[in-house]
Amino acid sequence: MAKHATPLLDQLESGPWPSFVSDLKQEAASRAKNANNVEFQVPQDCVEDLLGVLELSYKHGVTHWKHGGIVGVFGYGGGVIGRYCDQPQEFPGVAHFHTMRINQPGGKFYTTEFLKNLCDLWEFRGSGVTNMHGSTGDIIFIGTSTPQLEEIFYELTHKFDQDLGGSGSNLRTPSDCIGAARCEYACYDTQAICYELTQEYQDELHRPAFPYKFKFKFDGCPNCCVASIARADISFVGTWRDDIKIDQEAVAGYVGGEFAPNAGAHSGRDWGAFDIQKEVIDLCPSQCMKYEGGKLAINTKECTRCMHCINVMPRALHIGDDRGCSMLVGAKAPILDGAQMGSLLVPFIKVEEPYDEIKEVIEAIWDWWMEEGKNRERLGELIKRQGFQKLLEMTNIKPVPQHVQEPRHNPYIFWKEDEVPGGWTRDINKFRERHQR
Amino acid sequence: MAFISSGYNPDKPMENRITDIGPQKYDKFYPPVIAKNKGKWLYHEIIKPGVLVHVAESGDEVYTVRCGGARLMTVTHIREICEIADKYCGGYVRWTTRNNVEFMVDDKAKCDALIKDLEGRKFDGGSFKLPIGGTGAGVTNIIHTQGWIHCHTPATDASGPVKATLDELFSDFQNHRLPAQLRVSLACCLNMCGAVHCSDIAILGYHRKPPLLDHEYLDKMCEIPLAIAACPTAAVKPSKVTVGDKEVKSVAVNEDRCMFCGNCYTMCPSMPLADQEGDGIVLMVGGKVSNRISMPKFSKVVVAFIPNEPPRWGTTTATIKRIVEAYAAGANKYERLGDWAERIGWERFFDKCELEFTHHLIDDFRDPAYYTWRQSTQFKF
Ligand code: HEM
Ligand code: HEM
Ligand code: HEM
Ligand code: SF4
Ligand code: SF4
Ligand code: SF4
Ligand code: SF4
Repeated sequence: MAKHATPLLDQLESGPWPSFVSDLKQEAASRAKNANNVEFQVPQDCVEDLLGVLELSYKHGVTHWKHGGIVGVFGYGGGVIGRYCDQPQEFPGVAHFHTMRINQPGGKFYTTEFLKNLCDLWEFRGSGVTNMHGSTGDIIFIGTSTPQLEEIFYELTHKFDQDLGGSGSNLRTPSDCIGAARCEYACYDTQAICYELTQEYQDELHRPAFPYKFKFKFDGCPNCCVASIARADISFVGTWRDDIKIDQEAVAGYVGGEFAPNAGAHSGRDWGAFDIQKEVIDLCPSQCMKYEGGKLAINTKECTRCMHCINVMPRALHIGDDRGCSMLVGAKAPILDGAQMGSLLVPFIKVEEPYDEIKEVIEAIWDWWMEEGKNRERLGELIKRQGFQKLLEMTNIKPVPQHVQEPRHNPYIFWKEDEVPGGWTRDINKFRERHQR
Repeated sequence: MAFISSGYNPDKPMENRITDIGPQKYDKFYPPVIAKNKGKWLYHEIIKPGVLVHVAESGDEVYTVRCGGARLMTVTHIREICEIADKYCGGYVRWTTRNNVEFMVDDKAKCDALIKDLEGRKFDGGSFKLPIGGTGAGVTNIIHTQGWIHCHTPATDASGPVKATLDELFSDFQNHRLPAQLRVSLACCLNMCGAVHCSDIAILGYHRKPPLLDHEYLDKMCEIPLAIAACPTAAVKPSKVTVGDKEVKSVAVNEDRCMFCGNCYTMCPSMPLADQEGDGIVLMVGGKVSNRISMPKFSKVVVAFIPNEPPRWGTTTATIKRIVEAYAAGANKYERLGDWAERIGWERFFDKCELEFTHHLIDDFRDPAYYTWRQSTQFKF
């Protein structure tokens, strides 16, 4: 018998999509039964109370979590989000209900052995409720009490060789697309660099030392499967500098209907026979392709590497061999001064261990932002306030036309004094010698 | 509920403390066929919705079955996923960047058995535990946030509206009939934790009433300058207020300048603003992150307000469905929703989707607003 009636939530058990309500109920039942005799370290009925408080929110149309909450583990300034229910008498099981962030492995690959260990730990010392995964990437453990935080951290580090993720004004948990592990478009090993930089900057991740949060994300190509360009202060997007590789026989395979365009992504509807002119050549944003006499040609110099033709004909067209990544900076959500996507800073950089050149750019950006960034000012906002030119200067990067979508149309141009012959120190009397008052 | 120690000694907290070890190394968890062929994949095919095959230079194949996940999941469910992975996949499994679950096997026969097994698994309430889909030109999982389950600043719930929307769009999770992939995301307040500002369709929780001021406690609980600096429209200023017979430091909110973003509450617990009738949903459309053909785009606000209607948010899901159907009928092959709307013109987009255009949709935030008006005589009647 459920502890709280949940008539509104019950309506979310029907329908085909996996119901989080059914899942929470099965967890509540499993804790009540406790077939494995677990010595639960937080209230056995906490999942019942979570359903209860959520039902109350459905009734009231507002949240029932108190503002904020500052908890954590010694040695770190983040990784745990404190949370307290605003109806603790009615729902004592969730009076304390803190979230822990567990740094996920690259590409979110797991062995079941590792996952089962985490499940055992979390059932024993927490609510057994998770997010797989938070939008930054972490495994999220939802719901435990303050005294359990150190215990969980101790077991994570000592038994499972596993650390917490980031929170607060620091480097957050970096994440990556599946990349070379299972994608033929990957222009560099997203998992390798993601892991390497996460390890390199552990201190910046665990102990807030920044004006605000900072995120890295790694996409293997411009399809951006981890959406780095929209969700990271520095986005690393794979690309190449040489020719797209063309397998003319396979092109013929597509034209002849032997291979499905876009790997079969449009198979649910009859779009007619594949028409290479209409679906590839005419859609190329730079109009740099042609198909004549049964041969496909690409004028590489004009290609912007948008991925369209490769996406449509993955068996016939392949990324080039001279590979690296572009670095874009400043993406952020609207608060305060409006949403930003990453702006191109480094058009091309090699991605090779030990990634020294890339680290130099990162650290130059940090040096500038840590010094100049205002309290709770994202990198993207600092760039707006002090100017893109300042960013180039601080990272020692030469301005190139690729840095802009278009040149400015207002003529309010700043010059540095030393760029102007004679400088700025002038004598009005000298001026008056030629121009009478 | 006896306390059981892990070995941690609270009297000597820094003793035996391990720190800064980071995540597990990625390649410890690669299935053998992935470890062997990493970086040597030749091409891939989507065999049917939810099922992919990747072929390597060596000729090796890996079949992937992608399944919907509720993201909010319990250890009981994760253990069931592990049991399936143990049975068919040698004990390996992964999650995607949109919180779907992927099972991988290295031959076709195993793949068929796996699919059959997955299709049979349902929760007691009747929903699928691991529905197969989410590939190609269809709808995949909805990136979403905490909502009333765990956050203090939401203007709507996350898990509930997501479940309701995916029930409505479920057939497109298991089909490839759309002109291009359609990404839906949700954030329960305009902090937009996730992908709301760059999705084909985005559901956003929104307030419509200025914050309440808990003057008695405000100075004790908040750093007043931070609350002032938190406001994008400079609606917050310091003030002195008399509470009972005492004069206390507090803030004043210029209600004409407040646009209910809630950022002051994020910084100051004495400025709550949630409200049952005031709060609801904004719909945005036309964003994308890929660089395919067109450049990445922000999503734009097309519906200024839909009330919260727990538990199933009927008006929200019906409006989304209408937009999806108009897009499916009108867009060309490979055209993302934003590409379509820009090609036909936003005036035509509102016609086709039968959406009302109101003054709320015209940008009025600082200088850049000007660039969103129409400096041209080109328009359609
Ligand atoms: C009020 C309740 C809140 C809850 C339940 C909550 C919970 C979460 C969860 C589960 C994540 C995903 C973490 C991950 O993937 O690593 C997250 C991420 C995040 N939260 Fe919160 N959070 C809350 C409040 C806040 C507040 C007040 C802030 C900032 C002022 C904040 C900032 C963030 C940010 C920036 C992220 C994404 C970055 C990251 O995960 O490292 N959250 N939050
Ligand atoms: C300028 C400010 C902010 C930006 C640019 C921002 C951006 C983001 C982004 C891009 C994500 C997705 C995480 C990722 O993929 O890395 C995220 C997640 C998140 N952010 Fe923010 N955020 C901002 C402010 C906040 C604030 C003020 C809060 C809370 C009050 C917050 C709470 C969260 C939460 C809870 C998540 C994760 C949600 C989940 O995984 O359930 N964010 N944020
Ligand atoms: C046809 C070529 C493509 C291949 C082989 C491919 C491959 C993949 C793979 C392997 C994933 C899972 C990644 C992960 O979860 O870490 C993924 C997810 C994703 N891809 Fe692609 N992708 C392709 C095209 C695209 C395009 C054209 C876009 C955008 C326009 C795109 C956007 C995304 C997004 C947003 C996800 C997250 C989806 C999810 O996890 O359900 N992809 N893609
Ligand atoms: S971003 Fe590119 S390389 Fe990475 S998974 Fe997506 S398509 Fe593949
Ligand atoms: S990648 Fe894009 S720009 Fe380059 S040839 Fe192909 S379609 Fe054209
Ligand atoms: S979007 Fe807003 S309400 Fe939702 S989890 Fe993020 S901060 Fe909380
Ligand atoms: S809700 Fe937003 S706009 Fe209104 S006073 Fe607070 S910070 Fe300013």
